[in-house]
Amino acid sequence: MLLKALTEAFGVPGQEHEVRDILRDHVRPHCDEVETDSIGNLIAIKRGASKDGPKVMLAAHMDEIGLMVTYIEKSGVLRFYPVGGIDPRVLVSKQVLVGRDRIPGVIGAKPIHLQKRDESEKPFELEGLYIDIGAKDKDEAEKLVKLGDGVIFATQYAEIGSGRAKAKAFDDRVGCAVIAELLAKDRRWGFTLQAVFTVQEEVGARGAQVAAYALEPDLAVALEGTTASDVPGSKEHLYSTRLGKGPALTHTDASLLADMRIVRRLMEVAEARGIPFQLRELAVGGTDAGRIHLIREGIPAGVVSVPTRYIHSPVSIIDKQDFEHTLMLMEAFLDSIDERGLPC
Amino acid sequence: MKELLKKLAEAYGPAGNEGPVREILRKEVEGLADEVKVDALGNLIAARRGPGPRVLLAAHMDEVGVIATHIDEKGFVRFSNVGGVSPYTLLGERVVFENGTVGTFGTEKLDDIKDLKFAKMFIDIGAVDEKSAKEKVSVGDIAGFQRDARLDLGGRVIAKSLDDRSGCAVLVQVLRELKGRDIPNQVYVVFSVQEEVGTRGAKTAAYGVNPDIGIAVDVTGTGDTPEAYPMDVSLGKGPAIKVKDSSVITHPRLRQLMVDAAREKGIPYQLEVLERGGTDAGPIHLTREGVPSGAISIPTRYIHTPSEMADLSDIENAVKLIVALLEKPLGEKLL
Repeated sequence: MLLKALTEAFGVPGQEHEVRDILRDHVRPHCDEVETDSIGNLIAIKRGASKDGPKVMLAAHMDEIGLMVTYIEKSGVLRFYPVGGIDPRVLVSKQVLVGRDRIPGVIGAKPIHLQKRDESEKPFELEGLYIDIGAKDKDEAEKLVKLGDGVIFATQYAEIGSGRAKAKAFDDRVGCAVIAELLAKDRRWGFTLQAVFTVQEEVGARGAQVAAYALEPDLAVALEGTTASDVPGSKEHLYSTRLGKGPALTHTDASLLADMRIVRRLMEVAEARGIPFQLRELAVGGTDAGRIHLIREGIPAGVVSVPTRYIHSPVSIIDKQDFEHTLMLMEAFLDSIDERGLPC
Repeated sequence: MKELLKKLAEAYGPAGNEGPVREILRKEVEGLADEVKVDALGNLIAARRGPGPRVLLAAHMDEVGVIATHIDEKGFVRFSNVGGVSPYTLLGERVVFENGTVGTFGTEKLDDIKDLKFAKMFIDIGAVDEKSAKEKVSVGDIAGFQRDARLDLGGRVIAKSLDDRSGCAVLVQVLRELKGRDIPNQVYVVFSVQEEVGTRGAKTAAYGVNPDIGIAVDVTGTGDTPEAYPMDVSLGKGPAIKVKDSSVITHPRLRQLMVDAAREKGIPYQLEVLERGGTDAGPIHLTREGVPSGAISIPTRYIHTPSEMADLSDIENAVKLIVALLEKPLGEKLL
């Protein structure tokens, strides 16, 4: 199952190879060209009927937030630094996998019975945490890992509750899966579809920048897994999105004022096909679309997201219906370009 | 120009919603340029072609505002900021949405005014319930300050959005004064979008224009009010030739050319060192292989409030300074 394979794959920023390999295998039979560019973006092209026709880009990022090994202590434990936005309070006692060889480890910290009173009353700070891979000393650790190795959470994909799923890295493997499944439908449109699986979004949407420069699309939509804060302790006006209410359309985030012509088209096609959707009720965060829309002379851009609880943590939850509806919405959107032309 | 400044300052135009301002400006510049176009992001570009280097002059059309993020069951509209707005500025203020809906601000109970944050505030549009609120405002709608512009204070003006409609008015006036004249430079006036959310429009416009020289015309802060943060810029002492801000260091040759132009024509000017803040010159100078760039600023008090203040003489002298600069052959001398 694609979503399971993708979410369990290793993909900290700059080390997205496992995700790229899975996606390449999945989309290659359905595309005219599949290439990896110099920075590591996977670019899959479905050519349109005419060479001069419009070019539509769909982008999802392959990378996930994670850690990076920065120092190996004499004792054999690893010091690390976060790559992408992680709350250090979620790290302690988590099981992790280090490097390409997936060396198992545990994030340790000073045990409770050795903590001074003021220490036990505060969450651990990054400086107090380390990864224990069971090595007896530095020499043994260095045989297994090296500085710069990425670290992911050892989280298994599982379907839970009624139609929901838990996994790490739904942000943004869920977006990758939407695009990959769209390509696998083996459909063709009149325009050229440029599917881009980007690198290094979590450290500043770097991959998307160079891909958009090279591909020069006429319109771009980023597919994302976005915050759903519909949980206890959160006030309703700060939920942003809700699980099970359909794909979330972005009007604004910190990186983009979405092209409202794209947003309106998405709403129109959703209503026409009876696909539920919601508006993202938050104006913060950023996506690949923030970079893409500023490339060259400007590219109209929007964002469609699958609502995801607990993003940027070791495990997040989505509603699989939202995934299916996002896939339907994007297919309907592409169909509308054939039927009515580009919205802008 | 006063009439145009009033019309522009009073127009609705928060970032991403520059349509009404663009329409005013489009009507003004048609007939003053060889080509007028709107690019993919909404920048309005008026080009005066001919021989000589391409000089890009940019003023941004957008203003700061607030964006509706949630509408509750009682019809209160939760919001976030678009650009640099202080929650304190909003108390007692009125904003207007593009469709004319007006609202004011309320807050949840606060133990301390220091706890005032956007997440604890709401816009009250006078709706009695969720349904009637949603008939007027949708999530994603953006509102700007609602304020009339007062140009009858004497030499000074109070208005919202002098940042940067004063710059827009200056550039329209520059085109008016250049009409029918031969000058040794090509002029590309860019009325840019989305400056207040990160100088976004200027980035794509500069890529498209591919200029030899870039100049932003925008507002800057002053240090001439009681116990102000030290800054050697005052109202009424002339347009400020930017030395640096957080986004650009004015190309030293361009800065000297602007100073020379002012001195030769006896136009008062000041030098601006802005410690924090940026302008469209930031992205312009980093475009393609790099563009020698700088900025001419209108000294302005109380920036990003509904009551910004500037001196009309500075605005008029900014026009004179830019025209004087464009009369010089700028090509060979610069690098």
